Formats: sequence, C-alpha cells, structure tokens
Amino acid sequence: MENKELFGHIKGWGVDADPKNEPTYPMKKYTGDDHKRLNYDRPTLQPVTNEILHSNERPGVTAVFGTGQPPEGLSGAMRRYAFRYSEGSFSHWLPLLLADRVQMVEALVDDVKKGQIPDLIAEKGYKAEWKYNRAGVIRKGLMLAAVGALVILAVVQRNKRK
Amino acid sequence: MLAMNYRGPYRIRADRDMPYPEILHPGDAIVKVTRSCICGSDLHLYHGMVPDTRIGTTFGHEFIGTVVETGSEVTRLKTGDNVLVPFNIACGACPFCKQELFGNCHESNPEATAVGGIFGYSHTAGGFNGGQAEYVRVPYADVGPYVIPEWMDMDDAVMLTDVFPTGYQAAEMGGIKMGDTVVVFGAGPIGIMAAKCAWLFGAGRVIVIDHIEYRLEFARQYAQCEAYNFKSLEDPVLFLKKTTDFFGADVCIDAVGCEAAGSALQTITGRKLMLQAGSATALHWAINSVKKGGIVSIVGVYGPTTNMVPIGNVVNKGLTIRANQASVKRLLPRLIDHVQKGHVDPKGLITHRLPLAEVPDAYRIFSSKLDNCIKTVLIP
Ligand SMILES: NC(=O)c1ccc[n+]([C@@H]2O[C@H](COP(=O)([O-])OP(=O)(O)OC[C@H]3O[C@@H](n4cnc5c(N)ncnc54)[C@H](O)[C@@H]3O)[C@@H](O)[C@H]2O)c1
Ligand SMILES: [Zn+2]
Ligand SMILES: [Zn+2]
Repeated sequence: MENKELFGHIKGWGVDADPKNEPTYPMKKYTGDDHKRLNYDRPTLQPVTNEILHSNERPGVTAVFGTGQPPEGLSGAMRRYAFRYSEGSFSHWLPLLLADRVQMVEALVDDVKKGQIPDLIAEKGYKAEWKYNRAGVIRKGLMLAAVGALVILAVVQRNKRK
Repeated sequence: MLAMNYRGPYRIRADRDMPYPEILHPGDAIVKVTRSCICGSDLHLYHGMVPDTRIGTTFGHEFIGTVVETGSEVTRLKTGDNVLVPFNIACGACPFCKQELFGNCHESNPEATAVGGIFGYSHTAGGFNGGQAEYVRVPYADVGPYVIPEWMDMDDAVMLTDVFPTGYQAAEMGGIKMGDTVVVFGAGPIGIMAAKCAWLFGAGRVIVIDHIEYRLEFARQYAQCEAYNFKSLEDPVLFLKKTTDFFGADVCIDAVGCEAAGSALQTITGRKLMLQAGSATALHWAINSVKKGGIVSIVGVYGPTTNMVPIGNVVNKGLTIRANQASVKRLLPRLIDHVQKGHVDPKGLITHRLPLAEVPDAYRIFSSKLDNCIKTVLIP
C-alpha cells in the first residue's frame, strides 16, 4: 500500500520528513564559534545588588540573573558551602537539597513568628483531592487511624507489662 | 500582586502579597500574564526533587501575556504587545545561542553551567521568578518573546511556549526515517505531543507506553497511535521486542523523566531515598527496547547528581543518545506554520482551566492525576 493510503487520515503525515536533516538537533547548527571561548560580545551586565551565588565552573555571574530569595540563615550558609564545589560533585548538590529542607523549617518558624499559621489543607490542595478522590482520602485517613490505634495499643500493652 | 508561592514539597500558596517584578536590566520587559500552565517539570519542583528550590519562589515557565513596561535597550517589543514567551531565557549572542541552543545559553544562569536560565525553575536554573503570577520579569525581551499573530488562539499560543516545541524536538532528535517504529514512554502532555509529532517526520508506527489508563486513551485519540499500559505488560521491554519482530524500535523517546514508576528498585533508591536523581525506569526501558544502532531521544528531566542507567547496553548496541531542553525560539516559525495549517492542534491537550487563586488545587489535580487531567491552564 502507498503511504498516502496508509497514513492519509493523519494530518501532516511526513511533511517534515527530510533525510538530509541528519545529524539533526542539537548538532545541526554548529558554527565553530565555540573555539572563541568567552571572547564574544557580552550583553549589558545586570548590576549585582544582592548576594548571587555562582557556579565555580564559570568566572563570575552571567549577564542576567534572578534576584529573588538570596541566601539567608542556616540554609543560606549551607548554600554558600555547596557553591564551593563544582556541579560535578555530590558535595555541591546534596547540601543544596538539604538546605532546601532546612529553609522550609526556617520559613515555618518565620510564619509562626508573624502569627501566620500555614493552612496546610489549602496549601496541599486537599480540597481538590477531596472533590475528585474522596475514596482515596477516606482510605488514607482510615489507614492512618488504624496505624495510630495500633501504636497506642502497643504503648498501652508495654506500659501494662512494666 | 497575586502569585504562586512555594513553601516546601507539596505546599503552595496563592499569595496576594507577592512583590511586583521590576526592570533590573535594560533588556528586560515586564509582562502582565494572561495565561500560564502547569508542566510536568513543575511537578519535579513541587515534589522537592530539584536542588536549590528556595522557599518563596514563584514557579511557571509556560506563559503568555501583554508587555506593560520595557527597559531602555528593548527595541523590538513595545507596551501593549501580546507575546508568547519561550521557557528558555536566552541572550541570543553567546556561542551556544548562535548555534540555536537556546536552552543552553551561557549568559542567563549564574548558578549552573549545565543549563541555561528557565523562568520559575529554581536557582539551579537561574533563580528567576516565574509566570504563575499576575506579572513577570522577562529578561532579554528582544530575543525570546514572540508577538502572537492576530489569528492565533491564545490557548495555542501558551502551548507554544513549551509543550509543542518539546514534543516536536523529542521526535526531531529521534532522527525518524520514513516508516520507522517510534516508541514514546510517557503519556503526559509531552509524550502525547511527541507521538503526534513523530507522524510529521514520517513514522510508520507510533507506540505510547504509560500506566494511567485515561492518558493512554487520550493518546490514542489525540495522536492516533497505539498505546499500552505497562502494568498489564509483564515486561515492557520484552513486549516491545516481540511486537517489532524481536528487532527493537527504531527510535525510543523518554518523555517521563525522573519520577518514573514501574521499578521498585529505581523508585526506592531514586524517589524515596534520593540516592540517585530520581528514578530512571523509563530511560532504562528506552535503552533496552531500541534496536541496535538506534536512537534514544530524551526530553524527560533528570536531576543533576546521577542516575542508574544501563550504559553498557548503550555501548554494546551502538546507540545514539540525543537530549536537551527544548530550544523553543528555534522551532517557533515552523511550529506556528503547523498550527496555521491545522497539522497539529496544541490547545486540544488542555483539559483544565482554573483561576490562579486556586493554584494549590491545580497542582494537586495535575500531580495526583485527578479528574482525567492532561494539561492545566491558570488564569490570573
Ligand atoms: N526537555 C524539555 O525541554 C522539557 C520540557 C517540558 C517537560 N519536560 C519533561 O518531560 C517530562 C514529561 O512532562 P509532562 O508534562 O508530560 O509530565 P507528566 O507528569 O504529565 O507525564 C509523565 C507521564 O509519564 C508516565 N510514566 C511514569 N512512569 C513511566 C514509565 N516507567 N514508563 C512510561 N510512562 C511512565 C506518568 O504516568 C505520566 O503520565 C517531565 O520530566 C518534564 O520535566 C522536558
Ligand atoms: Zn514546561
Ligand atoms: Zn546565550
């Protein structure tokens, strides 16, 4: 059978087939400019107004960058430590992951200090879960309740034995 | 202003007190967002898998909007322009941008050299706040943003910021030849789009693998392909070998990334213990089910540390692996043409539309795959 008959029902079938397009992206547009290394006209540099950490695999910051959430507190110190190591090193990424969790606790403390108790039900989108997966929520709730009951039972038994 | 505010894994606020963005560089523009999407990539952030995702960050790399302010160097864009903004932040001048590797710009991400800047994608991708907000700062406004043609549907426009280009590039990097059998792992928006685009390159057979039944059904309809549930296949690799006369697929596409299901070992070491950068199950299957000399195209996102993949089989089978973040700007003219000619209907992937104020629920629906969700659009 001809391709037309086989694939006629698929809009646009084969319109981008091009055997000459090999090797395709990301190889296709090689210019040789790489050999000039960093000797290209850099864009205007964004002024650095707060602490921006940069990979030690480059000489400084890039021409633009985001300025939100500068490193602060314990998590900030961990991030500064992480950036002493290259992107090829676990010592770079693992402290960053850990710092993310530490910052979560720092943020929680901040919230509470401001008298703002996080609404976990809203934040975690449980309303949607309740609407579309009620059975699942109930199942999870029952399971948690069962585990809780077992723990209480075990503690009570243990205390009795003592 | 109202914006999404990340508070830790699985915790998000719709926060009305977030600061307005400012012009920080003469090439910047401020865009008033009219639509933004939630992406599978956002789920990696939401689940706390991406290092240096700082509390208080606003996510969102798929958005369109109206220019409300421009920096002194901006000449191409003007206030009032309706633009679609590629998810990559690219200078257009560095050697990588010159090669159209707009996802690998050397001047948009100080925190990491491996990847260019991405809107709302942690400090590992430059520390930029994203578009799940009322307003967003757009650097290099003359380079990336594309003025939306009058005739174009806004829903198509927002899908051109990531989903369509990424799906297309997944197929393109596969180097598909006429009549090839293409297997796509993942029936999320990206996988479904990759399957659809495989046909444009002349594939002879397109197979999608996932384990969520409603998504497989969606893929069959949208991409006119075969789709199989790996939960009902004892061994997906063996199944794919058998269905290709024990040869293997010509091209395999990984559109799953670091949160793959399907292997207890990978899930425990990757997603629970984080001993590797997520689970590499789909990539494992892709390498093992492609033919000798075949091509594996990876668009699924993995963390920067390391992953368990059968590299020995890559050597022994003589495989070519091609991968990258999508280079959106590079593909836009071609893809806009496909939309105009009706070859592809990107907006057809959108199943949910929620106000930005309900962003925590929107993430939950997409993350837990509730209510047959494929793609969600947020409206500020
Ligand atoms: N390279 C890029 O430029 C780029 C751009 C956008 C998205 N992405 C990445 O592409 C991936 C997919 O994005 P999405 O928006 O479609 O996400 P998604 O979460 O909606 O889809 C992922 C799908 O994979 C399925 N899946 C899980 N384990 C599987 C397995 N072992 N085999 C087959 N399927 C499996 C899931 O059920 C889900 O349907 C993500 O990793 C995302 O980060 C990359
Ligand atoms: Zn995306
Ligand atoms: Zn660049």
